[in-house]
Amino acid sequence: MDWAWVGSHLDDIQHLLLQHITFTVSALFFGFIIAFPLALVAARYPRLYQPILGITGVLFTIPSIALFLLLLPFTGLSETTCILGLTIYTLLVLVRNTVEGLRGVPDDVKEAAEAMGYRPLALLMKVELPIALPVVIAGLRIAAVTTIGLVTITALITFGGLGAFFIDGFRRDFATPIIVGIVLSVALAVAADLSLVGVQRVLTPWARTRR
Amino acid sequence: MITFESVSKRFPDGTTAVDDLSLEVPEGEVAVFVGPSGCGKTTTLRMVNRMIEPTDGTITVDGQDAMKIDPPELRRRIGYVIQQIGLFPHRTIAENIATVPQLIDWDKKRTNERVDELIEVVGLPDEVRDRYPHQLSGGQQQRVGVARALAVDPPIMLMDEPFGAVDPIVRSRLQDEFLRLQRDVKKTIVFVTHDIDEAIKMGDRIAIMSEGGHLQQYASPEEILAHPATDFVASFLGAERGLKRLALIPVSKVSAVEGPVVGPDDDGARARAVARDNGSDWVVIVKDRKLLGWAHVADIDGSGRVGDIEAKPFSAEIYKEDSLRAALNAMVTSLTGVAARIGDDSAYEGLLTQELLARELQDSDPGPGTMTGAEVNEEAERV
Ligand SMILES: Nc1ncnc2c1ncn2[C@@H]1O[C@H](COP(=O)(O)OP(=O)(O)OP(=O)(O)O)[C@@H](O)[C@H]1O
Ligand SMILES: [Mg+2]
Repeated sequence: MDWAWVGSHLDDIQHLLLQHITFTVSALFFGFIIAFPLALVAARYPRLYQPILGITGVLFTIPSIALFLLLLPFTGLSETTCILGLTIYTLLVLVRNTVEGLRGVPDDVKEAAEAMGYRPLALLMKVELPIALPVVIAGLRIAAVTTIGLVTITALITFGGLGAFFIDGFRRDFATPIIVGIVLSVALAVAADLSLVGVQRVLTPWARTRR
Repeated sequence: MITFESVSKRFPDGTTAVDDLSLEVPEGEVAVFVGPSGCGKTTTLRMVNRMIEPTDGTITVDGQDAMKIDPPELRRRIGYVIQQIGLFPHRTIAENIATVPQLIDWDKKRTNERVDELIEVVGLPDEVRDRYPHQLSGGQQQRVGVARALAVDPPIMLMDEPFGAVDPIVRSRLQDEFLRLQRDVKKTIVFVTHDIDEAIKMGDRIAIMSEGGHLQQYASPEEILAHPATDFVASFLGAERGLKRLALIPVSKVSAVEGPVVGPDDDGARARAVARDNGSDWVVIVKDRKLLGWAHVADIDGSGRVGDIEAKPFSAEIYKEDSLRAALNAMVTSLTGVAARIGDDSAYEGLLTQELLARELQDSDPGPGTMTGAEVNEEAERV
């Protein structure tokens, strides 16, 4: 471990860490934007659920290097390629958890809401989604941690993110950047997970008191 | 007022859940729909607020055709207590109760005051206000369900087995509280249950339904017990129909007989004479109109005073607001075979006998299905 290297590369470390975070947040954001309507459609029309799960599932099983290679002809060696690929990987878990969350809303609760005079949109926003939220956030947690791991691979394309340290370290047979990369990405994963847990605790106080 | 005119519901899969139902629920009355599981009670209820739409026929709510009212608007005017309670798990009890007030934009202050009022009305402790539904017992949750349905004081309530999920003791208490509340609020209520005893207790009118959504009879509990319209109704009412009728008749409806009454200062010879005239081997001891008890004449010395021996208490004293069923219960648990009736001023008013009960059932029902005296006795043995 070469502390002097660390000291002289603080700027690089900060830059790549921020880039890593940006990639992760973008992928989660776009993933959610795409997955959410798909999930609503799948929850509303159960017949579409299996096909939607099937497609996102196939996408999820494409090996990551292969997926990025497939995207290269379209979007080139760019950040777009990275974020697009990462986004595709988040879809399966985000769609599945959102649908399962909505399906988990008990029928009697939905019927009661209908009987009280909720219109369909208000019922979705004020009853179904809040009750589904813990499961949706659980999906976001898995997606976040997986994405943070995957961003290290996107370094092969853009030389960005913490993965850049791995490439650098391997090329020069120099352990310090590799260790820095590993430590920071693990720390980032833990931090992301904990903050999502925090968000959930704030948004769903009712689930906390559950036996 | 709610009116069903030739209402039928066939589901797409071919199930006929309600078949040509016509009846009227008058303003301020409780109509109980009762029948075996799957006979179409919930379907009938849900057609009133359009959660299910009838295939045929018309339902009018306070004179308006329900099909011509925007469903959410209609539902906000009708309180609904759902069979499975269905509280919102993500909202506190106060927020649950405030559901409809919020939907129709009541201001915060009015909503809060109403929530406080309702928590008290349905008999919940104050501290449940900020709890979540899963932190309450089943009985408390059902109370919240009722409070939520009552929130904007709707003139019409639909209640689907509102006390189904609690033990018999709590259920009976909730029923009593509900009846007390209904005496004040006088809402038009459709109440669903599969428990005939609950129907008899709660209903101004009872609609008995059978499988396939057929209405078998729609009448007052007294009428249904006295004259079941069909074999289905008779068998649904069960073997204890006579007892159920007795439960609906107050003691004040029959006049008690005087009985073999003596005072504590009378002597044994007089007690024997009074007992003999009455055809009994015991006397009732009354002093200054107060009931002291009863005694076997054999235990009183011929020349001694009645007051010299200790009077045995009657197993139960019956008051005018008790039912004849309670009186019957007192009779069968007493060695004398009669029940002593006590007036408002705690004065002795006379004795109730099994013969009097049988005669009351005859008088109030000259038609078929009446219990004979022998049947009363038979029933009495079962109590
Ligand atoms: N959506 C539906 N599609 C098809 N059949 C249905 C539907 N809802 C109810 N049914 C059928 O209609 C009949 C009446 O159902 P309903 O729920 O009204 O019965 P119920 O009297 O309330 O029974 P319970 O006492 O068990 O609550 C039943 O045979 C039921 O299976
Ligand atoms: Mg039902």
